[in-house]
Amino acid sequence: MIELENVAYSYGGGELLSDISLKLAPGSFHFLTGPSGAGKTTLLKLCYGALLPTAGYVRLFDADVRGLGRDDIAAVRRRVGVVHQDVQFLDHLSVSENVSLPLMVSGRQDDAAGNDLGELLSWVGLTNRADAMPPELSGGERQRAAVARAVIMSPDVVLADEPTGNIDWEMSQRLLRLLIELNKMGKTVLIATHDLSLIRATKAHVQARVLRIANRRIQLAGADL
Amino acid sequence: MKLGGGILQHLRALIAGDRQADRVVPPSGFTAQLTIFVAGAMAFLAVFALALSLAAGRLAERWGDELAQSATIRIVAPLDQRQAQTEAALRILETTAGVATARALTDEEQQALLAPWFGPDLALDTLPVPRLIEVIEEGDGIDPVGLRLRLSAEVPGAVLDDHGRWRAPLVQAADRLRLLGWLSIVLIGAAVAAMVTLAASAALAANAQVIAVLRLVGAQDDYIAQAFIRRFTLRTLAGAAVGTLLGVLAVALLPSASDVGGFLTGLGFQGAHWLLPIVIPLLAAGVAFAATRAAARRTLRGLT
Repeated sequence: MIELENVAYSYGGGELLSDISLKLAPGSFHFLTGPSGAGKTTLLKLCYGALLPTAGYVRLFDADVRGLGRDDIAAVRRRVGVVHQDVQFLDHLSVSENVSLPLMVSGRQDDAAGNDLGELLSWVGLTNRADAMPPELSGGERQRAAVARAVIMSPDVVLADEPTGNIDWEMSQRLLRLLIELNKMGKTVLIATHDLSLIRATKAHVQARVLRIANRRIQLAGADL
Repeated sequence: MKLGGGILQHLRALIAGDRQADRVVPPSGFTAQLTIFVAGAMAFLAVFALALSLAAGRLAERWGDELAQSATIRIVAPLDQRQAQTEAALRILETTAGVATARALTDEEQQALLAPWFGPDLALDTLPVPRLIEVIEEGDGIDPVGLRLRLSAEVPGAVLDDHGRWRAPLVQAADRLRLLGWLSIVLIGAAVAAMVTLAASAALAANAQVIAVLRLVGAQDDYIAQAFIRRFTLRTLAGAAVGTLLGVLAVALLPSASDVGGFLTGLGFQGAHWLLPIVIPLLAAGVAFAATRAAARRTLRGLT
């Protein structure tokens, strides 16, 4: 699905990431951890074409990311659902419209997926908030709306960057259960988080691999977690 | 967004419209009104520039045509020789190439010409008023140099005025005026393009977050750009349509052309030219389309 080969990334003035090789196989569940500023967000951005590697190769769905045009990148993003820590919505549209925005922009509004909007909203527990405006939502509601928006296109991969960063423990458990369910439906999931207790709680439910960024490189964390 | 076929496709999509694509960009109140206002003001000015150009063109043509087809010969001679010299001049004109008709003005006609200056009671026969011969030309017209030579040999008192001397600068002035009119229209078009570019760039910058969200969920550049293009094109079209309508009304309300008013009252449209201003809002919309498209592409290329 997503493959990084000897990837390095530098914002100018020293590399943030070096020699990263990573392969997200279909249906896998990965955590990405490491201290703040280690490059978790940067790595995720490399995975959905928001950044281009300064060295090495990134292959998204078997295509070299450097060879993709802007419209190709847009097509990739329809297959990759992204949940950010500080998720942004279109504040002038309601929650249900924001959740169905990916359908809207890809001209698939009338698809079956559009009819499942109600089901999706009830899955993330936002049925009562469907007509609310994004600024009226609480932190947890925003994150769940983001998950709904990330999966409405039925993407192959879901990338989440600190999805539980702004919400309490109970809510983050709930959010995690949603992501585990997605994985059980066959989606590839990659979650960046520095919250180790969250990782431990997840490992009871799903076969998750933990990747740790340290010293600009990526390592497979062992059973110590 | 390829040129050619791409533009046609875009125009079709633009006219058909996409409510949803429109809604993803939040409505903007005040700046939209400004765009409409400026488009209207520019269209209003464009109507006058167009009227000026067309009127100047008509004027140049009329002066060119009418005056080029006529000449005047003055017979300045003592009273007793005047009649003889007039007849001699007419005889020469009969055998001159390019002369359709030539006739001496009668006393009554000359009196009418002079009446505005000397009053109706002037006794012309007591004054050495030159006799005027009106020459109407045909074909390529007369050869003034040759005619002058023949006249000077046989009719010493004859002075040929082929009107060219004072016609040329007038025609030149009218042509220059017409050029200025068209130049104004081009400048107005450029000003509309600049205004729309500024407004569109401001709108794109103000909606940076919206654009980032749309890119994140997989929107293509065309989709995002279209929301802006449609908005600015329609605003400019609406503003320019109103401005053009008001401009045409204002031109229509100008006093109608008459001999007394001369050039100034000739400013306006005639016949089919009344339909020309319809082009102004369409051109303005086209300019807005291109300007917004360029601005949107420039902005979007800088984003991921």
